[in-house]
Amino acid sequence: MSVAQALLQGDRRALSRALTWVENATPEGEELLQSLFPYTGKAHLVGITGPPGVGKSTLVNQLARYYRKEHTPLKTVAILAVDPSSPFTGGALLGDRIRMRDLAGDPGVFIRSMASRGAVGGLAWASGKAAQVLDAAGFELILIETVGTGQAEVDIARLAHTVVVVQAPGLGDEVQALKAGILEIADILVINKADRPGAAEMARTLAQWLPKVEGEGEGEPSWQPPILLTTALRGQGIPEVARALESHRAFLQRTGLWQARERDRLEAEIRERLREALWQTWEARGGRERLEAMVQAVLQRKMAPQDAVRRLLETTSAQP
Amino acid sequence: MEERRIRVLIAKPGLDGHDRGAKIVARALRDAGMEVIYTGIRQTPEMIAEAALQEDVDVVGLSILSGAHMTLVPQVLEKLREVGMDHVVVLVGGIIPPDDVPKLLEMGVYRVYGPGTPTSQIVEDIRKAVLHSASSAQLEPVP
Ligand code: B12
Ligand SMILES: Nc1nc2c(ncn2[C@@H]2O[C@H](COP(=O)(O)OP(=O)(O)OP(=O)(O)O)[C@@H](O)[C@H]2O)c(=O)[nH]1
Ligand SMILES: [Mg+2]
Repeated sequence: MSVAQALLQGDRRALSRALTWVENATPEGEELLQSLFPYTGKAHLVGITGPPGVGKSTLVNQLARYYRKEHTPLKTVAILAVDPSSPFTGGALLGDRIRMRDLAGDPGVFIRSMASRGAVGGLAWASGKAAQVLDAAGFELILIETVGTGQAEVDIARLAHTVVVVQAPGLGDEVQALKAGILEIADILVINKADRPGAAEMARTLAQWLPKVEGEGEGEPSWQPPILLTTALRGQGIPEVARALESHRAFLQRTGLWQARERDRLEAEIRERLREALWQTWEARGGRERLEAMVQAVLQRKMAPQDAVRRLLETTSAQP
Repeated sequence: MEERRIRVLIAKPGLDGHDRGAKIVARALRDAGMEVIYTGIRQTPEMIAEAALQEDVDVVGLSILSGAHMTLVPQVLEKLREVGMDHVVVLVGGIIPPDDVPKLLEMGVYRVYGPGTPTSQIVEDIRKAVLHSASSAQLEPVP
């Protein structure tokens, strides 16, 4: 049996191996993504982002536990937890699992840690591909914990259907979060560590800055991001976060935005692959050597870069 | 596009809270360019095998200073076998009396490390062990 078949039948060893292939960009991984593609597009992809130490992993643990034990209907949950690679050694210490003990032994949960491997923007190069694999494996909810940076992570906003931005009191002032533009990517704003002083005040301050939405109907469908208080350490406020996730999903589906986002994501993937394929074809047609000659000409100011590109395209066709 | 990185799970089975050694080793392996999944203290053999499976690691490193290694190590090895991860390199560190070392190696542990081991040696051993097993078990499809 192929790895793809085994994975589709729920073999966890096959799933785990598949994720490694995809993460390492092996030819097997590419082939696998291709054969799994028809089975993707079902899962709800949720990004969990926010500054270091605000409790993202703890929240993920509680949300997953809730969806496995209490939510109606129960859902299977996959978790992708991204931590940073060292820019110097390439090594990484992946510690998010420490907070996810409650999920051990549940076959309806799959947790995978990922190092960012030089990618900036809170995710790893292969995070989206790994999410596709987990989606094909049938997980209904995929929680993606980004590297804790506190910046507005555009990558997660592009990948996830729903972005949960987590903040906590006492980490510095809210202006920091506002400057980073984090509110713009939040579909749901969670203020964790509500057991600490200042949480309610923080919620009030951030509420003033959130864009006010007029309600559905006229023009673009819009969503008012809710602000929710949680104490993830004790599991408080979790059902409310789950409810917000479900309403946001329903909102996306009702308004057609789910389809629209899916379309944009797939177009971006096709563009990226096309660019890569065109480049490779062009190189294989001797483009590389002609390029070198042109670089020399440009270097000697015999022609401008613009002329070089025109000449290269004329003489080396990229058409297959 | 990326070279393959060595992935290591560092876990502490059993009930003791001595986690300094495990953390030092985890950090040293990271600094040597490896991806280290650290799961913290009080892991059951089931939890360790499950994490090894989900993370598709090349190496499982156990840190045990409680004296319970002769019960814990065979349990972890058994659970790894059950989930189909018996190809991983298993290392044990901590307080292990010399008499127990050959017994652990006999069970299938790759190497045992006591107090004062230079982390550079652990790094070197892992590189050697993974290189050795890479061609056989690591990159083949699942049967
Ligand atoms: C520091 C220490 C503590 C600290 C722990 C702090 C912490 N968070 O780690 C505290 C004070 C909390 C503590 C408490 C206890 N301790 Co104490 N503790 C020690 C001590 C003095 C040093 C351990 C240490 O941190 N060494 C430094 C690290 C870097 O070394 P290491 O862990 O050995 O790691 C190295 C190697 O072993 C190896 N290695 C370790 N793990 C791994 C993993 C992998 C994968 C690899 C490759 C290598 C590897 O590489 C490391 C680098 O060289 C030892 C004695 C000793 N000399 O070892 C006793 C010792 C471990 N403790 C002991 C005991 C009995 C206790 C208590 C039960 C005492 C009590 N009655 O209350 C409690 C239990 C607490 C608990 N919850 O489990 C005994 C254990 C006896 C046994 N196993 O038979 C020891 C051996 C002391 C003794 N001689 O009796 N302890
Ligand atoms: N007081 C309090 N502490 C919490 C709460 N939630 C999490 N913590 C603690 O905050 C610390 C960080 O929690 P994590 O869940 O690891 O935070 P994180 O955002 O995932 O951290 P990184 O992944 O390192 O960015 C831990 O010590 C948690 O126990 C909470 O609701 N209240
Ligand atoms: Mg975390």
